[in-house]
Amino acid sequence: MNTHVLSVLVENKPGVLARIAALFSRRGFNIHSLAVGPTEHDEISRMTVLVDADELPLEQVTKQLNKLIEVLKVVELEPEQTVERRIILVKVRTEPSTRSHILETAELFRARVVDVAADSVTIEATGRLDKLEALLALLQPYGVKELVQSGLVAIGRGPRSITDRALKTH
Amino acid sequence: MTSTTPAPRPAPPARPAARPTPTPAPAASRVEHVTGAQSLIRALEEVGAEVVFGMPGGAILPAYDPLMDSTRVRHVLVRHEQGAGHAAEGYAAATGKVGVCMATSGPGATNLVTALADANMDSVPIVAITGQVGSAAIGTDAFQEADIRGITMPITKHNYLVTDPADIPRVVAEAFHIASTGRPGPVLVDVTKDTLQAQTTFSWPPTFELPGYRPVTKPHGKQIREAARLIREARRPVFYLGGGLIRADASEELRELVELTQIPLVTTLMARGVVPDSHPLHLGMPGMHGSVAAVTGLQKADLLIALGTRFDDRVTGKLATFAPLAKVIHADVDPAEIGKNRIADVPMVGDAREVCAELLKALSGEDALGDYAAWRAEVADYKRRYPLGHTAPESGLMSPQHVIERIGALSGPEATYVAGVGQHQMWAAQFIEYSRPNSWLNSGGLGTMGYCVPAAMGAKVAEPERVVWGIDGDGCFQMTNQELATCVINKIPIKIAVINNSSLGMVRQWQTLFYNERYSNTDLHTAHGGSRVPDFVKLAEAYGCAGLRCEREEDLDATIQAALEIDERPVVVDFVVCRDAMVWPMVPAGVSNDEILYARDLSPVWDREEDDMTGGNVPDQEEQVPAR
Repeated sequence: MNTHVLSVLVENKPGVLARIAALFSRRGFNIHSLAVGPTEHDEISRMTVLVDADELPLEQVTKQLNKLIEVLKVVELEPEQTVERRIILVKVRTEPSTRSHILETAELFRARVVDVAADSVTIEATGRLDKLEALLALLQPYGVKELVQSGLVAIGRGPRSITDRALKTH
Repeated sequence: MTSTTPAPRPAPPARPAARPTPTPAPAASRVEHVTGAQSLIRALEEVGAEVVFGMPGGAILPAYDPLMDSTRVRHVLVRHEQGAGHAAEGYAAATGKVGVCMATSGPGATNLVTALADANMDSVPIVAITGQVGSAAIGTDAFQEADIRGITMPITKHNYLVTDPADIPRVVAEAFHIASTGRPGPVLVDVTKDTLQAQTTFSWPPTFELPGYRPVTKPHGKQIREAARLIREARRPVFYLGGGLIRADASEELRELVELTQIPLVTTLMARGVVPDSHPLHLGMPGMHGSVAAVTGLQKADLLIALGTRFDDRVTGKLATFAPLAKVIHADVDPAEIGKNRIADVPMVGDAREVCAELLKALSGEDALGDYAAWRAEVADYKRRYPLGHTAPESGLMSPQHVIERIGALSGPEATYVAGVGQHQMWAAQFIEYSRPNSWLNSGGLGTMGYCVPAAMGAKVAEPERVVWGIDGDGCFQMTNQELATCVINKIPIKIAVINNSSLGMVRQWQTLFYNERYSNTDLHTAHGGSRVPDFVKLAEAYGCAGLRCEREEDLDATIQAALEIDERPVVVDFVVCRDAMVWPMVPAGVSNDEILYARDLSPVWDREEDDMTGGNVPDQEEQVPAR
């Protein structure tokens, strides 16, 4: 099975998220991550869904999504044509002897320290999944006290906009 | 996040198809000051709803007050909300119009769930209106609160929760539009009680935008040409015809297409009547209880022209060995059906009627068709050698197949036949001769026991001049027969034939065949062994229906005739039949359609040569099959 990134443009109405989440679950599809928020058009929200599926089931899920009245457009983003980002906030245990190493590691990954306490720092990092995983692997030995990750957000490279095209077909 | 300029909202004059279909009277466009409840009823009037099947209760109560005054919307008070749902389905399936049901919040709404799921599976256009607790109480576990919108999300085409009375006309118009266009289906509109009580304005028609809903109805020209090419090149083509043709009102175009091409055809359970059964090219019904000719015709075909059908497991049997040598042209209005179960060589999205019309044009030229004469002769031979039939039972009781056959023969093709689910349903599909679309109503996809009585009621309300027969089982009948009260009081004279084998017959048949005749919990004590619990004749009479009973073959025709002559009130006929009769032919679940049994332990005999030709007995055939 492969992971695919779907961008789903939906009408910004109550209940849409439930409708889409329910569709994935009842058709037996696994969602890795899901991020949702409004777009540059108030009435349109965009969901980025990272989903596990082979090609044919993926076609079926795309078609089933398109059947939902409030779904305007479903686009699969090709990895090589896509900018993907995720954000993590990670709280790492610190000791006087390790603190500078941790901060150095964060800097190497262009991560930021957003909170400091006597025996911990909280680091914010954004990037592709592999970069964040590498950072986490380096932080692990110091003791990760808490980790929170956002869903993946992704956008196609180049000047074209899928939201514009969704609106034009009205 | 900042946005520079607000996005321009789409201009109101959008696609013409997104308008409510009925043309409003000019007078209706003025603004009326009304309550939300009045707005709801006015909207139902304007959208053309003639009948609402429903039952009042707390949250929907405000809507019932203006409903009482409406001269354009008739309300039929049911005895159970499930009955309202199936009645709306029966009304819709008999006419193609949108059926409407109404219920209150909580249990009223959840009682509609089975009918909504049924309508969703069989693509029946219905709109359900439910009351909801007041907006302020939502989420508090208030009295009779149920999140019916959440509950019905997976079993409706779309649904709404209305909390602003100004939205009512638009939502009703959208609901009817969505229910009746594209692939038809159920739409639920949940309205909170305070919304019904609030003051608002009403004007018609409302404008609406459904930017995410654009059903494709016209098939792509390239796909039509490609389909025409496959049809020309085929030697053993079969039309595999489904219920989508009925919903799309395509039977006229389809019949022309069949006449032009002279290609043999099968009609699925949902498509019975779309081409008359008497047609010489008609091989019968395919599937688990299909005719040998239909099942074998599909298995040996080199091309399936699948129209408005969805390769359901009850048709295909083991998918990997279904029609193993056939290329597939698959046309459906729902793109998600294409390629779902079987990969299509020519996928085609479009309304079944338009697809038929386009194919008709594409195949009308010279040399547009192949030579199918040998194939026609071959399938005609299957038909001749393995006709549908049944044997007289040894018990001395009537054969259920014969009872159903006689009901069909004496009532004729203009009657409407509505079945429950089980053996009697299969026999009614097999032994009644259908010759018009919408004359056969049943619960195909969901297999809902209890569908028959209320759906027959809905069909009779829709077409009061027709004879409407419910062919029901003794099990099914006990699930929803309370609607006989509705029928008596509202003068809806349906006829119910209870094919009484005193058993959950289909389950019993499986116990006979696959569970060593261990009859666990299938005896219903409604006829055999001296007990009649309940006595269906007395039950019918208690409701004010005519109650008849027939236990002997020699009384059969006279009893049916007597039932046909009663038209001032509903009739229930208790046909006591043999319980050991089984539905044949049968493809046991999960095996290849090549394993069809004509009768118990009896397979059709094909000569070796044919078997080799079709690959029917080749052990590694799964690898040859282009299906998942």
